[in-house]
Amino acid sequence: MLSDYFLLALKNVRKRGIRSWLTMLGIFIGIAAVVSLISLGQGLETAITGQFGSLSTDTLTLSSAETGFGPPGATAVRKLTDHDLELVEQVPGVKLAIPRLVRITKVDYNEITQFRYLGSMPENKEQIDEIFNSAGLEIAQGRMLKPDEKGKIVIGDDFVSQDSFDKEIQLGSNLEILGKNYEVVGILKKTSTFVLNSVILMQEDDMRSLMSIGDEIDIIAIKVQDADKIEQVAQDIERKLRKDRNQKEGEEDFSVQTPLQALSSIRTILTVINIVVTGIAAIALLVGGIGITNTMFTSVLERTREIGVMKAIGAQNKDILTIFLIESALLGLVGGLVGAAIGLSMALGVAGAANSALGETIFKVSPSIPLLIGAILFSLVIGILSGLVPAYQASKLNPVEALRK
Amino acid sequence: METIIELKEVEKYYRMGEELVKAVDGISIKIEQGDFVAIMGPSGSGKSTTMNLVGSLDLATHGDIFLDGKDIEHLDESQLAQIRGKKIGFIFQSFNLIPNLTAKENVSLPMLFQGTEKEYRNEQAEKLLEMVDLADRMDHYPAQLSGGEQQRVAIARALSNDPEVILADEPTGNLDTKTGEIVMNFLDNLNKSGKTIIMVTHSPEVAQKHSKTIYQVKDGKIERVMKKIKGKWKIV
Repeated sequence: MLSDYFLLALKNVRKRGIRSWLTMLGIFIGIAAVVSLISLGQGLETAITGQFGSLSTDTLTLSSAETGFGPPGATAVRKLTDHDLELVEQVPGVKLAIPRLVRITKVDYNEITQFRYLGSMPENKEQIDEIFNSAGLEIAQGRMLKPDEKGKIVIGDDFVSQDSFDKEIQLGSNLEILGKNYEVVGILKKTSTFVLNSVILMQEDDMRSLMSIGDEIDIIAIKVQDADKIEQVAQDIERKLRKDRNQKEGEEDFSVQTPLQALSSIRTILTVINIVVTGIAAIALLVGGIGITNTMFTSVLERTREIGVMKAIGAQNKDILTIFLIESALLGLVGGLVGAAIGLSMALGVAGAANSALGETIFKVSPSIPLLIGAILFSLVIGILSGLVPAYQASKLNPVEALRK
Repeated sequence: METIIELKEVEKYYRMGEELVKAVDGISIKIEQGDFVAIMGPSGSGKSTTMNLVGSLDLATHGDIFLDGKDIEHLDESQLAQIRGKKIGFIFQSFNLIPNLTAKENVSLPMLFQGTEKEYRNEQAEKLLEMVDLADRMDHYPAQLSGGEQQRVAIARALSNDPEVILADEPTGNLDTKTGEIVMNFLDNLNKSGKTIIMVTHSPEVAQKHSKTIYQVKDGKIERVMKKIKGKWKIV
């Protein structure tokens, strides 16, 4: 019985051809938006948290409050200094405080100019090891910088794996940084963090004299003794610096970032993106639902006579109701299926494009089966709900009046 | 003869704006099983309304309608639909086939609404279409059929639940004389096989040639009843 009604409804939907597809457009858009953005959101979160995966949980970062965009510390009003470094070292629980410089610099090679991050390496072995450990760095070729070594650099994997200078860079190659030649003595292993893959590392003194940086410090990397007390140490550092600078809470011109804070701010951004996207999808689905209702009302009007005939030859109200509900459910279902397919391929396309642009497969979209099934079921429910009123109206038609149409 | 349909002092009013229209104004009819009844009258005489009441498509404002001895006045919509589907077969002037369905599917439809098994439905639909000489048109859609063919499909559809009564509203109204005659011959045959036929028509020739009883309706009342007795029409 029901299968016969299903076939009947299917014939009616197919008969309307292009109008059925147009009706489903809103559902396509809504479901495609939901599916692609949730799949991408998951991929994005995996990718971004992957960037932080290399951060160890016992390291804090102290930097000046920023006034603009750029590498940490570059646009700060008040730079960090050795005095701040000393203060930090005095805070109980701090095991090691490493001053660092991070700048963007011009790099020339093979007569091609590029801009890259330049990071300083501290002088002593213990601090170098600490930076390597906490950032998850490893040497792939060559060696690490020696303390006090001048004119030498270590470069990220992108310099060798990406052909940005049209000429191979290898150990012993000379890169021109701000007009001075530097010899490559080490190449880093590829990491999941793309900033580190394109970085140049140089000895701190070398960098200071090259870029004429006085005694200022861009960031201070702080290793704590006990990872469980990291939040406590962060607060102690903040308190100490506030007192030293005579600032009130909330008015600091510096910030102490814990790895968790960085992660949670990313999560907040992702949540906001998700809310916005969900809102857009909800509007599209609402419009799609109204589209189905509209089409079903039109269909009831057009087929008034047909409904009258069906009633004359013995159709009960529930039969008419069922036929029309199946029709609107079908519109929802097909809309959901096509929308899910579009959404999934969009997500895969965007991820593919992002990965090829970044040259890595950090962006993974795993088709979530519960998401797909959920989206399709949801659009089915929208179809049924949208068809309720028109189907009820159709079932209540008076056969005599309907036949007169 | 057994009475199959009886109308007792039936009135049907419609409200058209402010005005109350008495479409049927006190009609009493007794239709016996096996009869071939023609209801005649000018437009607006109330013949179509009478037809709808007889076919339990509509309920009377006053009076009683008995179908097979049962008062249908107190039935709800679903029960009426069930009775229509089982006991009455409808044939319309404009054929009224469902355009999205093939001839065979159209003939099966009344059986579907009665919850008949699919295999039986197919078998019965094929048998009925063969009977109306449309064995080679089973999978054609209404738009692919001529008017005469469509009306024959409609006859097959009307017969699908093996009803006792066939209601035909101007069955030849949209057909030329020749195809109309073919359709009427099918109705004659059905009447001979025992079906009660009630037909609304404009055409006195069709009524006199094929029916056994003629009701002439005017202004919602029965003006005259004629019966064919031994080949001659007599007013009763």
